[in-house]
Amino acid sequence: MNEHLSETLSGHSAATPSGHASPGYRTFVVVWAVLVALTGLLVLVSRSGQSAAVWGLLLITPVKAALVFYFFMHLRYEGLLLKAVVGVALVTLLIFFSLLFSDVAFH
Amino acid sequence: MSLAGTPHVEEHRDDFGARLGMWLFLLTEMLLFSGLFLGYSYMRARYPFEFHHAGSEMNAVLGVTNTLVLLTSSLTMVLAIVAIQRGEKRRAMLGVGGTILLGAVFLVNKAFEWTAEIHHGNYPGSAHLATLPPGEQVFFGLYYTMTGLHGLHVLVGISVLSVMLEMVRRGRINADRFVTLENGGLYWHLVDVVWIFLLPLFYLAA
Repeated sequence: MNEHLSETLSGHSAATPSGHASPGYRTFVVVWAVLVALTGLLVLVSRSGQSAAVWGLLLITPVKAALVFYFFMHLRYEGLLLKAVVGVALVTLLIFFSLLFSDVAFH
Repeated sequence: MSLAGTPHVEEHRDDFGARLGMWLFLLTEMLLFSGLFLGYSYMRARYPFEFHHAGSEMNAVLGVTNTLVLLTSSLTMVLAIVAIQRGEKRRAMLGVGGTILLGAVFLVNKAFEWTAEIHHGNYPGSAHLATLPPGEQVFFGLYYTMTGLHGLHVLVGISVLSVMLEMVRRGRINADRFVTLENGGLYWHLVDVVWIFLLPLFYLAA
């Protein structure tokens, strides 16, 4: 495997000893503020009724989780290999949930 | 090779491999919790009214407060990693220490919440719970299992981060070598993600 491909897969850019770029404090504070705002939105939506609460759960919660994965857990700064590993696991889980819900819906 | 009596020690180091290994462990954790989420989804579809009634008795204020506590602890954790990358040891220690403190606040809130529920007789095996419909019994069973397992993870996270705080203090985690702290942070953030899903399931959408 050549050096360039290896860097692409692992995310090693030599920006830090650990291998990935180091963003500043500000980026993470902004992400935290967005997460708090989304939590507020989720609470508001949930108070509008039962179906709104379920839609809030299905739409807002995954966005919050994605923000934590992408920024706080540094997936944004990782290479293709790690992103693919996490992606495969998440798609597998999505298939499990889709099978369950389709079974419940048509049972 | 040894020159003038100084042994040359070649160190094997693979920070990416360390992070990949941690992610693989976290994926098993995700599968563990996903099994419980699947169980919740099935039971909720089977007992919609019972889940709605039991969920309306939950303390949403405490649930939302704990969400804000954990989100903020995730922020202090990730800021600690930025600090250690920049060689700012004191800030890194403040970040990790803040995360541990907020984790403890979360557990104290959780203890108050469980105490109140137990006081109301809503605990597995109680005489009061036995009088409720099966759906509500299932709700409280899942509530204690899922929040209990999550709380256990918070406790483990606090323990791991306490060790890391000491490693930062001693300089064993530093600007050149911080993948251990990154992995501790990954664990903590996953604990946060699990709670992000638990909040609407038990406190809002129910």
